[in-house]
Amino acid sequence: MATVTFDKATRLFPGSEKPAVDKLDIEIGDGEFLVLVGPSGCGKSTSLRMLAGLEDVNEGRILIGERDVTNLAPKDRDIAMVFQNYALYPHMTVAENMGFALKIAGEPKEKIRERVVEAAKILDLEQFLERKPKALSGGQRQRVAMGRAIVRSPQVFLMDEPLSNLDAKLRVQTRSQIAALQRRLGVTTVYVTHDQIEAMTMGDRVAVLKDGILQQVDTPRRMYDHPDNVFVAGFIGSPAMNLLKLDAEGGTLHFGGATMPIPRETAEHADKAGRKITVGVRPEDMDLVGEGQGLQTVVNLVEELGADAYVYGTAEVDGQPHDIIARVDGRKPPAKGEQVSLAPKQGHLHLFSTTSGERLPT
Amino acid sequence: MALQLLAAPSDPSLLDLPWDVPLEQWPADQLVPLPRGISRHVVRFVRLGGNVYAVKEVGEQIAMREYGLLRQLERRDLPAVEAVGVLSGRVDAHGEPLDAALVTRHLQFSLPYRALFSSTLRHETAVRLLDALAALLVRMHTAGFYWGDCSFSNTLFRRDAGAFAAYLVDAETGELHGTLSDGQRNYDLDLARTNIAGELLDLEAGGLLHESIDPVETSDRVLERYCSLWDELLGAETFETGERFRIDQRIRRLNDLGFDVAELTIVTDIDGRSVRLEPKVVDAGHHSRRLLRLTGLDVEENQARRLLNDLDAYRAAKDIQNEDEEIVAHRWVTESFEPVVRAVPKALRGKLEPAEIFHEVLEHRWFLSERAGRDVGLMPATRSYVEDVLTHKPDEEAVLGSRIGTPTVEAEPYSLQDESSA
Repeated sequence: MATVTFDKATRLFPGSEKPAVDKLDIEIGDGEFLVLVGPSGCGKSTSLRMLAGLEDVNEGRILIGERDVTNLAPKDRDIAMVFQNYALYPHMTVAENMGFALKIAGEPKEKIRERVVEAAKILDLEQFLERKPKALSGGQRQRVAMGRAIVRSPQVFLMDEPLSNLDAKLRVQTRSQIAALQRRLGVTTVYVTHDQIEAMTMGDRVAVLKDGILQQVDTPRRMYDHPDNVFVAGFIGSPAMNLLKLDAEGGTLHFGGATMPIPRETAEHADKAGRKITVGVRPEDMDLVGEGQGLQTVVNLVEELGADAYVYGTAEVDGQPHDIIARVDGRKPPAKGEQVSLAPKQGHLHLFSTTSGERLPT
Repeated sequence: MALQLLAAPSDPSLLDLPWDVPLEQWPADQLVPLPRGISRHVVRFVRLGGNVYAVKEVGEQIAMREYGLLRQLERRDLPAVEAVGVLSGRVDAHGEPLDAALVTRHLQFSLPYRALFSSTLRHETAVRLLDALAALLVRMHTAGFYWGDCSFSNTLFRRDAGAFAAYLVDAETGELHGTLSDGQRNYDLDLARTNIAGELLDLEAGGLLHESIDPVETSDRVLERYCSLWDELLGAETFETGERFRIDQRIRRLNDLGFDVAELTIVTDIDGRSVRLEPKVVDAGHHSRRLLRLTGLDVEENQARRLLNDLDAYRAAKDIQNEDEEIVAHRWVTESFEPVVRAVPKALRGKLEPAEIFHEVLEHRWFLSERAGRDVGLMPATRSYVEDVLTHKPDEEAVLGSRIGTPTVEAEPYSLQDESSA
């Protein structure tokens, strides 16, 4: 097992002027499950491939443990790409299916057996080792395929959108299986997905990328509670955070009819940016308040989920209609077409610069 | 959502297939029992109006992506199966959604490895299959294609003048790049080696592998063959300026391997004593393109070379060296090639494809002539070949499961999802 370090690693594709991955700096702890997430084209897969040795690194370095692997061939990096190939061989037993890659690598029989038994224990496959794949359930076969990667006991597992092929139900099931398995194995894992829910539910830490640039790397909790910029704020969380460009004058923020004080540093920044500030409020941090005490919103749709209800509405900000989402008490939701007033719960405001998008003190 | 067919101009009767039924439950009378490789997905073969198609059930996005990729390979003239279409928006009788289906045209006269291994089982055959696969990988890599899952199961073989030509049949994990990094090539090779060893170990475990074939050693050969082919194709070579004939030698060697030299970088060092030679861009299919241009015959590379050799011999024998090449080629087709093909009774035409028959007739003629101590002539050789050789060969037009080659232990190669997806 080992740490993984991206040290200002850059990938510039031939013929392109902008790097696909630009000076990526991440230190991944020993045994950590790190998820790389971001929209299509953000550089997450390229980053993983740089670590795998499939993409050249034009600048910077990549380390596995203390070892600089920047210029090593994929097979010399002691990594395993999981789910790349999970076809099982019908005439071979479960044990043979799991261990044959070690046989090719010339490992002695006893060692192969030992590793296979060890992996089978972790995967709850011990009693099936002498069976043929045909006699296994679908889930057990998936686990045998995972066993193929585990027996190689690599220092790092790499997974590139491994669940994209599965239907929604199996995806949720396999998601928790992979996360649980990774914790039992304790092998450093780098996982790529475009799905922020997958990222937030699986990762010890999540790294958000956009346009080849790392936006933030943090625990899911911290990422949710304390997004470093407007992009992360809007990308993480479902339904997404409400982001509104509002007036801030003389140390006071105007949220419709509501006013709230902002720290001096933030107020000074707002003064320099046309007295505007980007305000973020998560749907669950919106309160229904009395008329005139918040942002006037017309309810377009109410999604009742039992305990809670999501209110989808439109508010007018600077003369422009703006979508608003609020989570309210499911027992007394407003009706479609109703006018309501919404204001943020105290202490749950996110403020960002309208010019740089960076987080400002609240 | 309505059933949608994204397709190359093709057979509209594709829409008549039972798309509201999961593929693994399709009635047997719709299917052609061709042997299948080991697949993650449900794959079946169907016959529609004279054509055999392979149908793979897979998620819509993956199907669309693979379809697009196969079409790109086709446009670049790379040896891959022809993508016919993607059926999406499938629902069953209860309105439940079904996975999309990718349809490809089955390669006529093609042989899956399980058929080849269990019918011939010889070490030489295995070696020739590996050579074909290594050549396919080299060709794909020079074109910037990363396969991601190269294996025997994902390849089909066609006979090519005694050797084999390999075709890619599964591009699901593939990626087309401008050029490949060494890391991508190395990893692709590593996957190929692991897959091939796994497939051979599986045949061994099923008692289907000749004892002379060692799975691990055999899979290592792919690597060796690939590397020597790659070096021969793209490696730089340095020699003394006096040895310029070696440029010509190198080009001939490349042509013999079935590759064309598009551009050569020749650098003479400062003191002018040595020359560095580096073939820049190479692509295969020199002979087959030439034959196609001359005769309209579209055949494999080695077959093309064989046919072109015979064309040259014909030209010399008829003493028409000064005649225009196209005109000679036309005469050769009508006076040599076509008469031989026509001499094969209709009932035997499914045995081998015409170019391979012509190649074997030429071999047979040489054999008979040597024994007789004189040239026996083309047509007598053809008649003897049909009676003594071809009649006893198995049909290869569409390899039927029961005819040659399916594993005797387990006739239905098993798929990971065959049961789990039910």
